Amino acid sequence: MTKIILSAVAGAAALTLGAHAASAQTLEAVKAKGYIQCGVSTGLAGFSNTDDAGEWTGLDVDFCRAMAAAIFDDPEAVRFSPLSAVERFTALQSGEIDVLSRNTTWTMSRDTALGLNFVGVTFYDGQGFMVPAELNVDSALQLSGASVCVQSGTTTELNLTDYFSANNMEYNPVVFEGLEEVNAAYNAGRCDVYTTDSSGLYAIRLTLDNPDDHVVLPELISKEPLGPAVRRGDDQWFGIAKWVYYGLVYAEELGISSENLEEMLASENPDVRRALGGDGTFGADMGLENDWLVKIVRHVGNYGEVFERNVGADSPLQIERGLNALYTDGGLQYGMPIR
Amino acid sequence: MTIATIDSSASQPARASLFYDPVIRGVVFQVLLALFIIYLVYSGVTNAANNLARAGIATGFGFLNNRAGFDIGQSLIPYTANSTYRQAFFVGLTNTIFVAAIGIFFATILGFIVGIARLSKNFLVRKVAEVYVETLRNIPLLLQLLFWYKAVLSALPAPRGSIEMFNSSVFLNNRGLIMPQYLAEAGASIFYASIAIGIAVAVVIARWAKKRQMATGQIFPTIRVALGLIIGVPLVVLFVLGVPFTAEYPELSGFNFRGGTTIRPEFMALLLGLSLYTAAFIAEIVRAGILAVSKGQTEAAFSLGLRPNTTMRLVIIPQALRVIIPPLTSQYLNLTKNSSLAIAVGYPDLVSVFSGTVANQTGQAVEVISITMIVYLTLSLLTSAFMNWFNSRVALVER
Repeated sequence: MTKIILSAVAGAAALTLGAHAASAQTLEAVKAKGYIQCGVSTGLAGFSNTDDAGEWTGLDVDFCRAMAAAIFDDPEAVRFSPLSAVERFTALQSGEIDVLSRNTTWTMSRDTALGLNFVGVTFYDGQGFMVPAELNVDSALQLSGASVCVQSGTTTELNLTDYFSANNMEYNPVVFEGLEEVNAAYNAGRCDVYTTDSSGLYAIRLTLDNPDDHVVLPELISKEPLGPAVRRGDDQWFGIAKWVYYGLVYAEELGISSENLEEMLASENPDVRRALGGDGTFGADMGLENDWLVKIVRHVGNYGEVFERNVGADSPLQIERGLNALYTDGGLQYGMPIR
Repeated sequence: MTIATIDSSASQPARASLFYDPVIRGVVFQVLLALFIIYLVYSGVTNAANNLARAGIATGFGFLNNRAGFDIGQSLIPYTANSTYRQAFFVGLTNTIFVAAIGIFFATILGFIVGIARLSKNFLVRKVAEVYVETLRNIPLLLQLLFWYKAVLSALPAPRGSIEMFNSSVFLNNRGLIMPQYLAEAGASIFYASIAIGIAVAVVIARWAKKRQMATGQIFPTIRVALGLIIGVPLVVLFVLGVPFTAEYPELSGFNFRGGTTIRPEFMALLLGLSLYTAAFIAEIVRAGILAVSKGQTEAAFSLGLRPNTTMRLVIIPQALRVIIPPLTSQYLNLTKNSSLAIAVGYPDLVSVFSGTVANQTGQAVEVISITMIVYLTLSLLTSAFMNWFNSRVALVER
């Protein structure tokens, strides 16, 4: 009896993983079905969230739209799979999604042991704490003894443990699988502290009953480089995802935006000509059209536009560029040269 | 089977051909089936292993010895972030068993009360029980859990506004029910021993009383004596020893209470949801079981001069149990399996800790989910084995 069940378990697992691992040519498959399947969060303002009209918006969503624009010249050729933190890697490993763009921290173990490749860092973040203002706490070092709400299966859960033990403080974790449940528990006063990436804290604060009654503490306790990831074993698809990211940043470096795109197309600057497909076969070498970056910028904009629209000055989150500014402005965003 | 054997031995003198021998045919097909199953297992496992290797995903169970690095809110066994994933697994497992066992206890008691109430002659009692059953068993359990969690949380105050009880030694707030903790001192073991001895003596007396009643018909007040032995004697011992326990009272410091022991709202919500939901099903099983005993049994017992109480205890219940126990077992299994919904209300059960956090931190979903499924299978098989044993004890003895 046990044997039969074991075989059923192993068989089912083998089937789900086996059906997709063999299809290394993701680009062909994506072109054949006519859209990209993109894994996003179940709802995090500024990164991946549905708006009033039910459309997906956000920084992570726009990365998938940029990929769709580069491949299909159509930013709508994306279907979104909302995933919990626990589900996300299995969804990518099993081939359920083509790209995971879900505020996911790039860590070594995820990059080496999970069968996936991180594309780049679309948002440099760090883990922070949010507390109700009435507690009169102004430093994370005063949090000993607190109950902390956290989402399971995240780097946040591990950083939290490390930070409290390094500072000889006690805490009581309250762990939920879904972001909505964590938000609800914090809102109901189950915890004194909410911890996640600081960008997430600002986004979540907006959704609370009284955002002004909550403060985000100044300490950032970890490095959280967030970025998209693709399945390992398909270098062409990995390359496309990487260059869509570099393209977004490089376009900003060259000053190409969705507003001045037509002028830029007439530019004689050799860097701009190469980037926009006027010279060379850079797009074709990658498996796309030579004007791939034109399509991205036309439909989605450059990295700076994407940032400001979703999380920056033009959004309710009002997050500063900070580390996410171009390297020329003292940030870490650096587009590899198209040459 | 027996018929086939007799046939083959009868036809032995005239054995025509091995091909038509039913015994040999039977064995051949059994062997073929066994080989097929072995092949399925083998190909399933190798296929999974190959695909995982091709996808560059780490495999094997070595991760169980690695440092877990995360904390768990409630643990019945020693656990820190420096413990291994294996220890995290056992924390999840004990938490699952803990909530399932207590849930089964309350669901059974409540289920029996409601089931009997549904047969009450009192209109109000009968209708209240009916409404309870029809409401609770027709709403999905997950919704009930979320409801109880919200209800428990929103009704309770923050730590600083705690509801104080029992002379400020017990506090109730939205962090849980915080009670004093009793730490054993020297001499506590004598107290524990007195409980064990009380139980042992009570068992011996119960056996002796039953034997005597069988032989002479004299009735011995077993229950009262047993209660005295199990509760009364240890209480006397406790005071003679001068109460060898120190109470550690909870105190409000900073954000929260320190010291004492806490029952968390996640546990309360899960226990409440599981017990109330399963009790509705058990109530129906109990009602069906009692109704299954023919009215003639009651009448026969009365005509023998048994009182209603004794009739219920000695005639109706033993016969009803035969009908009740098999479906009751299913409900116990359901409750255990349903406890995996704990993840929705943040209770650290096996699914939440192991196939949630551990699976995600290690990325080894196939191994983790396989282990989790095997654990639930084992728990269920153990529960049914125990209930089958109990069922065979109460089953009708045919003479």
